Order: sequence, then C-alpha cells, then structure tokens
Amino acid sequence: MTVLSLGIVKGLAGQIIGTAVGIGVSVAIRAAMGLPAEVTEGAVIVGILVGAGGFLVAVGAMTDWFKWMAGKEIPVRHGPPEGKPVWTRYFGVDYSHKVIGIQYGVTSVALLFLAGLLALTFRLELTGPGLQFLDNHTYNTIFSTHGIVMIAAILVGVGAMANYLTPLMVGASDMAFPRLNAFGFWINVPAALIVAASMYVGGWDTGWTAYAPLSVNAPLGMQFVLLGVWMIGLSSIVGSINVIVTVLHFRAPGMSLFRMPIFVWSVLATSIIALTATQLIGLSFLMVSAERVLGMTFFSPNLTPGALAISSPPGQVLLFQNFFWFYSHPAVYVFILPGLGIISELLPVFSRKPLFGYRIVALSSIAIALIGFLVWAHHMFTSGMFEGLRVPFMITTMLVAVPTGVKFFSWVATLWGGKISLPTPMLFVLGAISIFLIGGLTGPPNGVVVTDLFLHDTYYIVGHFHATMFGGFIFPFIAAIYYWFPKITGRMYDEGLGKLHFWLMLPGFWLQSLAMARVGLLGMRRRIADYDAALGVDLGQLLITIAGFAIGFSMLIFLANLIISAVRGRVASANPWESRSPEFQLPSPIPEHSYEQPPVVTGEPYDYAEPGSVYVRLSSVSSAAD
Amino acid sequence: MDQLFAGYAFLIAFFFALIVVIMVYSAVVFRRKKGDDEPGTNVHGNSVLEVIWTIVPLGIVLFLSGVGAVYLAETMEPEVDEMVVKVTAAQWSWRFDYPEYGLSSSELILPKDRQVLFVFESLDVIHSFWVPEFRLKQDIVPGITTSLRLKPTLTGSYTLRCAELCGLNHDYMLAPVRVMEPADFDAWVTSRTELSPLSPAERGKQLAELNGCVGCHTADGSSSVGPTWLGLYGSEETLTDGTTIVVDEAQLLQSILDPNAQIIEGFLPDLMPMGFGDTFTQAELEDLIAYIKSLSG
Repeated sequence: MTVLSLGIVKGLAGQIIGTAVGIGVSVAIRAAMGLPAEVTEGAVIVGILVGAGGFLVAVGAMTDWFKWMAGKEIPVRHGPPEGKPVWTRYFGVDYSHKVIGIQYGVTSVALLFLAGLLALTFRLELTGPGLQFLDNHTYNTIFSTHGIVMIAAILVGVGAMANYLTPLMVGASDMAFPRLNAFGFWINVPAALIVAASMYVGGWDTGWTAYAPLSVNAPLGMQFVLLGVWMIGLSSIVGSINVIVTVLHFRAPGMSLFRMPIFVWSVLATSIIALTATQLIGLSFLMVSAERVLGMTFFSPNLTPGALAISSPPGQVLLFQNFFWFYSHPAVYVFILPGLGIISELLPVFSRKPLFGYRIVALSSIAIALIGFLVWAHHMFTSGMFEGLRVPFMITTMLVAVPTGVKFFSWVATLWGGKISLPTPMLFVLGAISIFLIGGLTGPPNGVVVTDLFLHDTYYIVGHFHATMFGGFIFPFIAAIYYWFPKITGRMYDEGLGKLHFWLMLPGFWLQSLAMARVGLLGMRRRIADYDAALGVDLGQLLITIAGFAIGFSMLIFLANLIISAVRGRVASANPWESRSPEFQLPSPIPEHSYEQPPVVTGEPYDYAEPGSVYVRLSSVSSAAD
Repeated sequence: MDQLFAGYAFLIAFFFALIVVIMVYSAVVFRRKKGDDEPGTNVHGNSVLEVIWTIVPLGIVLFLSGVGAVYLAETMEPEVDEMVVKVTAAQWSWRFDYPEYGLSSSELILPKDRQVLFVFESLDVIHSFWVPEFRLKQDIVPGITTSLRLKPTLTGSYTLRCAELCGLNHDYMLAPVRVMEPADFDAWVTSRTELSPLSPAERGKQLAELNGCVGCHTADGSSSVGPTWLGLYGSEETLTDGTTIVVDEAQLLQSILDPNAQIIEGFLPDLMPMGFGDTFTQAELEDLIAYIKSLSG
C-alpha cells in the first residue's frame, strides 16, 4: 500500500484526472454552445493546465496554503512523514531544502538521460548521408525534444545545486520560503511529463526555439511544449525569489557579502537573471498559443491568398525572436554561472590556497548577469533585424568575454603554486575549464557579425553551445555530485569508477566539440536529418556519433557508481576534502536541522594557506568535531 | 572574411594553449606529494595582474569588433552595376527571377565578378539563403523584404541550401548554383529569353520548377513529401480511405485544385498549398498535367 500513498503517485493520479476533467468540461461547453463536440486544441490546453493543477493539489504542494486560506495556522513540517519509511519523503512534498535539493538532482539526472537517449537516436541517423531509419518528421521531433529536455534538465540541475547548498553555505537552517520551495520543485514533474508527451501527440518540427510562423502551424506537440516550458519557467522564477531572500537576509552572523562562499555569489547572480528574464519566454510562448488557438496575429504578417491568409491587423514575425531571445540569451548565463561557481568553489580546496581575486571573481558573476541582458540580438544577426543595431549588439556581445576571461585567469592563478590533489571532483573541475574554454573561445567568431553570417545555423554553433553547456554546467554538476556525495549520503563514491567516468567522458567531449566545429565550417547546417555527401563531412559525423556514445557509456558508469556507493560505499568522514566551507564542519549525512545554532563567521572563506585561521565556528551541538 | 577566420584560429589556439598548458603544468608540477600537509602559496590576488587581464582582453575584443564592423560595411556596399535577383522561397523550393532580363529560373545562374543584390521574399515561414562558398547568409522572412549583396569571384557549381529550419523538408530545400564567365552567362540569358516554342510538357516542367511543385514532388522516383510523378499517371493507387483509383487527368486536376479531397496512402493531408486554382490559368494547368503525363513513358 505504501506505493499508492506516495505523493508522486497521488500527483500523477491527480494529473490524469485533472486532464480528463479539463478536456471533458471544455468539450461539454462546446456542445452546450452548439459547436461540434470535438477535442480541439483549446480543450487540450485546458486539460493540460487543469491536469498540472491537479498534480500539484494531489501531491500536496498546495495543502498548507489551502489551510491558510481556511484560517488555520500550520507550522512548517519537519522530518519524514509520520509512520512511513524515511525514503518516502523523497517521493512527496517535503519542506527540507536538502530533500528538495536531492529531488531536483535526481529529476535533473533523469532528464539528462532522457535527452541523451534522444540524442543518441538521431546521432545514429546522422552517421551517414541518406535517411537510414528515421523520417524527417520523427527526426525533427526528436532533436527538438532533445533540446528542450536538456534545457529543462539544466534548469532543474541548477535548482538542485542552489537549493541544497545555499542555506548550508550561508549558515541558514533552510531557505526563506520552504513551502514555496517544494511547490517550485513539484511544478517540474507534470511539466516534464507534458514536454515528453509532445513526441506522442503529433510531434513538432520547429527546434526548441519555436520560431513563428513555423510554430504557429506546427502539430499539436508544439502546444504541449509551449505550456510545459511555461511551467518550468514558473518554477525557475519561484526558486529565484527564495535564493535571493535567503542570501540577502539569512546569512550567519559575521558573514558579510564578501565573506560568503563564492558559489553563493554565483547563484545570487543566476537568480537575478532568472527572476527578471524568464517572463519573456513565458510571454512569447503564450503569444504563440494565442495565435494557434485564438487566431490572434502577433507574429503573422498579411500574406497573399493561397499562403497563410489572415484578415486581422498584420503582426511582426521578428517580434517573436526579440521576446524569445531576450530571455533565452540570459538563460544561458543561468545555465553556466552556478557551474562556474562550482569551479571557483572547488579549486581552492584542492589547491590548498585562496581563490585568486575572490572579490573580482564574485563581481564578475554579477557583471556577466548584467551585460548578458544586452546581447540577445546576436542570435538574430541574419534575421532581417534592423541592420544599424547589429554592430552595437556585436560590441556588447564581445564585452561579455571580459568578465568571463577574468574567471579563467583567476582559476589558473589559483592553481599556480598550489598543492594540488586530483580526486574525481577535481578532475571534472579541470575538465570543465578546458571544455568551457573551447566553448568560450568559439564565441567571438559568432559574435562578430560578418563571420556570424557564415556560422549562423551551422554545426559550428552547435559545437559552441554544446561546449559551453558541458563545460559550464554538465562537468561542474558532475563534479558537485561527486564532491558532496559523502556529505549527502555519509558514504564515499568509488574513486576508480569515478576516474573511469572522467577519462571516457573528457576525450569524448573534446572529440565531439572539435568535430562539430569542423563539420560546421565545412558547410553542415543545423537541424537537418540528412546531409549532402558532397560536403565531405561523413567522417566528422561518424566521429561525433562515436563521441556521443562514449559520453553515454561514461554516464552509465556514473549512475552505477552513485547507486552502488550510496548503498554499499565505504563510510565517509565528515570532511574528506578538508574544506573550510560551513557544511563540511557538520556530520555526514547532515542532520535534519543542519545548524542547531547559526554558525559564527570569524575569517575569510579561502584562507587555506593562512596558518591558524578559522572561517566558521559551529556551536558544539551542530559540529562534527566532537 | 577568410582572413578573419585565420585570425580567429590564431587567437583561439593562443588563448587555449595559454590556459590549458598552465593548467596541466600546474597539475603536474604543483601536485601534492603523499604525506605533504603543507598548504599552497598564500596569495589572495594581485591587482596588477587583475588589471592586465581585464584590459588586454577588453582591447582584443574591441579590436575584433572594429575589424568586424569594417568588413561588415564592405559587404554591404552597393555597386553601380549590380544585378538584382529576386529570390522567392517557399516550403520547400526556390525560385529566381531576373527583372533586368525578364526571366525566371529554378537554378541560380550568375556571372563572375559582378555584384548581385538579392531581394528576398518568403511565401510562408522563415527560410534562409546560404551558399557556403559565398560565405554570407540572410534569412528570408514572411511579411518583410530582406536583401543581401554578394559578388561571386570563382566559377563553379555550388549548392544553395536553406539555412533556417522551415519544417518537414528543410534538409532537402536545395537549389543548384552555377557561376559562369560573363560571356557564358550572356549566352544562358539569351537561351532562356528566346521565344523558342516549347511543348506543353516542357512548359509544364518549367511551371513545376518555378512554382514550388518540385519542393515536394520528384520526377525521378525518389520519395519525398508528396507522391513522385514518375509513373504516376495511369498507375493504380490506394487512397487513405481504402479505395483504389487509377490516376487519370481528372484526378490529377483535382489533386491540384482540391488537394485534400483524395490523399494517396502513405502521404499526409494539409501539406499542399490550397491556392493553385487561383494561381494557374487553365492553359497552365493543362501544361502541368501534360508534363506529369510525360513522366509515365
């Protein structure tokens, strides 16, 4: 009976019932109005929304708020559900930021595997010219879904790191708004299901960027994606509020802003972006929905009869791109700033010396966040945008390279003269730097307008963003999982398997990046199921596919390592890395109430080489030192 | 532009080596030896270095921006004797009109060393004009007119490839491009504009190429979005509703005027444009049907 009482199972039941009710009521209203009683796209939209709402109510994410509306005082519930096994708390609404962080983390890894499988499927198709086993429509749907699921995986993974680590690192007992935190996590589950379902309700041919007018006329799968992404964006906004308030108001005594662990700076910068920009993708996707279902014409020009004849005032095709990229460019900084924060966080620990230029590194995250709002039209240089603005956007785009470069130089200077050890987390950090460097250096050719006119929509761009995503998120995320694994589980991961994972994944990824850039320069376009043998890219495509499979296998090794070690790994000490960070002064696994009393901050976070210096003092109740 | 790419290659190699070599060197030379519990050097920062590695990259990126802006302006310079070519893009085919010569073509034929001003129109969704050897590309956006200036400098055969995802057949939205010596180009123009009598089937072939039919229907039997025309006339086909028909002239005419009325099994409705009844005259429709018939031997 335990399975049926799990929150997620109840939630799924709620979603199914809600979807049926939403569609049923819509069709009934249609019939009552004298319209044909069909399941129209409008009815599907109502079904999806009521279904998601049904999930959230049934899983219990709204329960406390409903009680508040009824006038009842409900304290925040701590600890596992009463009378149920501890593991069930991970499958339902729990308010502890550590549980929510793990829920986010597991969901992120699951989405990474889903998107990875989709990638390997179409990579197999691309090994040679000609269509081997996919048709155009299926191919288009699969790569589009790969893109959007990866983005969801990254947003959810950022949520994992931000939620698990922020309170621990600032010395707080939890996030500022625990119920909002749980709500923010649980939105992602129905949303991910809705996005994945898009493949089965007709698919969609537009790529994750969903440009109008193609998206206005795309099959029903497009609508699922538009709504699913809107929901994931809502989760992102809600999570950012929590991070910002927690960082600004709940730091431990003595922890001034420039005494915070550097990772906290990075999630603060990330949250500023997510809080303010995400609305734009929600808006642009909602406007496409309104065109599809309500016949509005935001993005549709008047065309000659026989094409897409519309009798309303003409719209503007490029308006979609401006709205979309106004979020989606800053979004990539949401994806990478936490990962770059992880790199900055781990290098001092494994070099036993301070983070070089801590203040300037902290401020560089804020600078990237702010400048990142001013560059979006570099995705539109070929679009027919107002030509006079291309050079200004080129200049702002190139400016973003400066604070990013500052991070690279600080990292190298942190390593120089250190006492460097190379356990698996550190290997992934160094690998991340090398890959993010490839991604970053392939940026300026895209930022310079005249060369972008060649590179846009080629595999060079695909190589650029895969390198920045892997180097800025995937590798650091993996490093973080290995690094905090002993803290979370109380057991150590297997170091041998970890190194195997790394040495398979890193060369795989280097090969993939270089081959993608090469085939792009040879003229291979993006988003095509079949390519011309005359391009001479067959070998490059084969290499990319082989690299992809190497990466996939290495991730299976990773998964096996995590699962086996969590169950049977060697019991870990409280501070295996001799870190000065507050959470490593606690026992492993961390107790329910992390800090019985807030820790007191008496020194700098990265004074590894300062003899006798102390960063935080925990109260004797909390500390692992006894 | 190729010089700029060469410059990038140098800069990328230089900075990549700078960071990675120092990183790998550090990981080896500064490796902590077993039993060594000493910390690393107690350095928090260095203002001079921090200023240098902010200012120098700033200078480099601003320099690249300047060079890029100058090159961009060069590509956009109009020339007095430039030739206008109107390009019409539709799902999933191309059409080229030469107003200066009053001719239309489904292949892009250009003379060497003469600047072309391409003027673009899309009939449906966003497409993009790209011949990799010509380097520059430009999106083709419904509702607005976009343009691009190019001067081909090498004779040869190339392929125009749509460079913006435009739906189902985007990967195959291609057109042949040939750059010729000016004398050969003039000869081509003459041969296209001479009023040589064409047979109905030959006229129909031109109509099919210029009006986007070839974007979905092949003439050589290969499969595409719509049924191939090779051997179509006179064949027995099963429809999506299970009935069997023999494809005759009446059925071909209905397929053009009312595409969704009868769909052959294995193909999808709602893909073929609905307005060809308004676009073509009766004579043109007869020519098209004559062409399709000619592909049945």
